[in-house]
Amino acid sequence: MTINEIQEQIIEEFQAFSDWMERYEYLIDMGKDLPLFDESHRKPDYLIEGCQSKVWLYPSFADGIVTFTADSDALITRGIVALLARVFSGRTPDEILNANIYFIDRIGLKENLSPTRSNGLLAMMKQMRLYALAYKTKSEMS
Amino acid sequence: MILSKSIEEIRSDFPILSSKVYGKPLVYLDNGATTQKPIQVISVMEELYRTANANVHRGVHYLSDMVSDRYEAARETVRKYINAPKKEEIIFTAGTTTSINAVAFSFGEKFVHEGDEIVISGMEHHANIIPWQMLCERKGAKLKVIPFSDEGVLDMEAFKRLLTGQTRIVAVTHVSNVLGTVNPVKKIVTEAHRQGIPVLVDGAQAIQHGTIDVTDIGCDFYVFSGHKVYGPNGIGVLYGREELLNEMPPYQGGGDMVANVTFEKTTYQELPFKFEAGTTNFSGAIGMAVALDYLTALGRDAVAAREQMLLVKALEGLTAIDDVRIFGTAAHKVSVVSFLIGETHPYDAGMILDKMGIAVRTGTHCAQPLMNRYGIDGNIRASMAFYNTGEEIDALVTGIRKAIAMLA
Repeated sequence: MTINEIQEQIIEEFQAFSDWMERYEYLIDMGKDLPLFDESHRKPDYLIEGCQSKVWLYPSFADGIVTFTADSDALITRGIVALLARVFSGRTPDEILNANIYFIDRIGLKENLSPTRSNGLLAMMKQMRLYALAYKTKSEMS
Repeated sequence: MILSKSIEEIRSDFPILSSKVYGKPLVYLDNGATTQKPIQVISVMEELYRTANANVHRGVHYLSDMVSDRYEAARETVRKYINAPKKEEIIFTAGTTTSINAVAFSFGEKFVHEGDEIVISGMEHHANIIPWQMLCERKGAKLKVIPFSDEGVLDMEAFKRLLTGQTRIVAVTHVSNVLGTVNPVKKIVTEAHRQGIPVLVDGAQAIQHGTIDVTDIGCDFYVFSGHKVYGPNGIGVLYGREELLNEMPPYQGGGDMVANVTFEKTTYQELPFKFEAGTTNFSGAIGMAVALDYLTALGRDAVAAREQMLLVKALEGLTAIDDVRIFGTAAHKVSVVSFLIGETHPYDAGMILDKMGIAVRTGTHCAQPLMNRYGIDGNIRASMAFYNTGEEIDALVTGIRKAIAMLA
């Protein structure tokens, strides 16, 4: 599936919910289902500091594909982190760099991406792109 | 101690309280961050711009005279409200942060030197920490911190031991923005003055909770913000003892604060104008004075009594929840309750409460050293004002229970 197909899929999933409560419950569940984060990666190097909740993001690169694992100490944030990982993980650097992310807006979570919320999500997307750029540069040089 | 208006009348004075968020009635419990404005304040701001807008202390014309008179009348209202001896001792600033920075800079320039010490407390808001740290860095001075107990009570014995021949100023909050503790500022002043050390009291979280009397406290500086006392934002007060203010250099240069300017030398105006460079926030000052008058008319002690009633109700409701941890259990505290529930992340709880129309604050509340003291990353804070109701406290408690269930 392309990044946009995944975005459409997420939008469709969220359309099933009639109110915010169900959306949050879904996010909380998704956060709980997030694959276990390797404890050895829970260190300052991989911490994206937001004002209110912490987000850890660990990248790896093999066979031209970027993989992200992530975690947060807040459940709702972890759910959003899970969504981002679903969209961005398992992609080539080019796919990540060229992606136009619109699903956040469409599923009614826009306020969670405002820089004033300072929950690290904007910083997390930026960091994912930076990792993609670094891997792209590295693979082009080798 | 009875409010001069019914709670229904009071709530109708604050238009925002009847608004809805996400289709739910707003339950505003973030009064520690900022308070809502009564229609009397909103109206005077509009009236000023409609009918009386001109720069103060400058024009020879009718409008300028009129607004200058109202600005100076606002200064007198503030003086009376905090019972300061003289009108000249009331400086209008942009807010508490500006007031503290002004003292840290100006007092610091004159009186603080290498090796000197500045005493603050461990429960300060960042605004009463960083300006002093900056001063210490500039001057090579040292910052000393008064510790406090788990209950949130300052260790007065430790405080006395911190006062030395090198201490130049004590800067302490009147009320903790996280714990709600009302600090014994009068005792602090007595102790410090015994050794000739001036005291700044940060009143940002005290001014809205009843009667403040700077003459009784005896402090040398008292600072607060208009927006925390039902007035407009962008306006605040620095009260300082005349004798000290006269010795301190201005912290900003500009128009209206000078007597005579040549390229060789400038002489400054008398107090308070020496500390009010540039066009001041005169509309804000006039609006703030209306807010203070509103509280006076309502009955300041009655306001405080109602808030104590709300505090007790909130504490009862929240402590009945399993696994709740309250931060700040001093005997003498204002209507601020900070808490955590089990392993629930404050941000998750705050997000869910928000969607129920309940506004609380989550995070470190600009007091990271205090959070470190308790070994936590942040908490949830509900801060009540006299216009809040028992039903709103019930809504908070129900909301918290619902959030816990969702997050379990």
